Amino acid sequence: MGKRVNMDTKKTSLYQLHQDNNAKFVEFAGYQMPIQYSDGIVEEHKFTRNHSGIFDVSHMGQLFIHGKEDLVNDLEKIFPLDLKKLKLNHSKYSFLMNSDAGIYDDLIITKIENGFLIILNAACKENDFEILSKLLNNKYEMVLDEKRSLIAIQGPKSVEILNDVIKGVEDLNFMTGNWFLLNDKKVYVTRSGYTGEDGFEISVENELADKFTRKLIEKGAKLIGLGARDTLRLEAGLCLYGHELDKGKTPIEANLKWAISKERISKGDFIGSDIIIKQLNDGVQKVRVGIKPEGRIIAREKTKIFNQSDLYIGEITSGTFGPSVNGPVAMGYVENEFSKKDTKVFLEVRGKKHPANICGLPFYKKNYVKGAN
Amino acid sequence: MSEVKYSKEHEWIKLEGDTATIGITKHATEMLGDIVFTELPEKGSNVEKDGTAGVVESTKAASDVYTPVSGEVVDTNQAIVDDPSKINQDPENTAWFFKLKIKDKSEMDSLMNKDEYNKFTKESSS
Repeated sequence: MGKRVNMDTKKTSLYQLHQDNNAKFVEFAGYQMPIQYSDGIVEEHKFTRNHSGIFDVSHMGQLFIHGKEDLVNDLEKIFPLDLKKLKLNHSKYSFLMNSDAGIYDDLIITKIENGFLIILNAACKENDFEILSKLLNNKYEMVLDEKRSLIAIQGPKSVEILNDVIKGVEDLNFMTGNWFLLNDKKVYVTRSGYTGEDGFEISVENELADKFTRKLIEKGAKLIGLGARDTLRLEAGLCLYGHELDKGKTPIEANLKWAISKERISKGDFIGSDIIIKQLNDGVQKVRVGIKPEGRIIAREKTKIFNQSDLYIGEITSGTFGPSVNGPVAMGYVENEFSKKDTKVFLEVRGKKHPANICGLPFYKKNYVKGAN
Repeated sequence: MSEVKYSKEHEWIKLEGDTATIGITKHATEMLGDIVFTELPEKGSNVEKDGTAGVVESTKAASDVYTPVSGEVVDTNQAIVDDPSKINQDPENTAWFFKLKIKDKSEMDSLMNKDEYNKFTKESSS
């Protein structure tokens, strides 16, 4: 209990605000981040689902790449997306892969004027930057912007609250963005998030981040820690890098086929496309599934999964208690033949095997607003 | 007269006759956060001093519950299995974990009283 915080870790611009709100801190990807505040994970989770939660995600990478047509062509060799068809201010979920289609990172890429904005995972961003710089032969101006904070606001009341502070954001469709003005400063707002709720992510200059977030709190939103962020994304069936995704897993195994452009697959000219096409044709050995324990038992990461004949068939990658589901939820990888919905499996927790069922995702239904995407 | 004693593993124990009621302290629940799962020992089973006698899980992690004394489990609190959030609400009273018929009252001697426990938690959290 009571892990000490390493003093070398970085702080976000909201550190003081977190402290003022009695945050419990953890070290995450080299940053001191709030895992929860005084209300606790369950209350924070429910508040986000019912009202509006604010998440400091400033540790994530905001990579701006500037360039014209050449850049679009070069990025299409890297990402399995129709970037040529991606409209200005529209976003797509994608991944950076190696030649075996193993995932270096999952990300959101948005077409902006004169280039792209890519949101990267905190723990991966430096490595992603190096990989992308090499792949693009340093041809383009690339900035991993440390001068901007990233604030997410999520939940049904978020649109009303944010629109009070930044007029016009209510007109954004899901997975689109735009520049807005906040105290004469340009902020980039996208309608997106990672909780299964309607919401926004706001890229704002560090100097403005604290004041802006306090304004959201004044309007009724509450700060939410990484703890609830994890239970929210897991209920929404969303992958977390380092758990569901890593270099040893492909997008097909991760059941993220939907994020790969069909047209790009037919051409097969991006990094990892050989393996992707092969797996689409021949199938995969293991695949990501949702898993619902029958009782209240929580099967956490690395829990072994067995079939009805007591043979090992896979492992849990994330598992917790889902406050909105009011029960345990998990995701993991199982051998393909046991991946069908309603397949009975057993989870070994503290030496005992507990029954569970393979289930569809998400555990909790999404409330995204309709969009053009 | 029954006195409540405390262990370094943050259990409380209340002895009445030769029956001990055991639970986890408020301080423990504050460290754990929201408790969402509880596992208790089986009625009729025997538990040994400082051995594992249950599990509590918060949204974050699982923690073992130890028994500060040895004995036979004579009762368990099903209410905290059905609704583990009760442990956060009333840890040192209605949200007890299990009752033991104890063998050796002298096992209580090494445990802390309330003042000693308060001092212990202050020292270990500073």
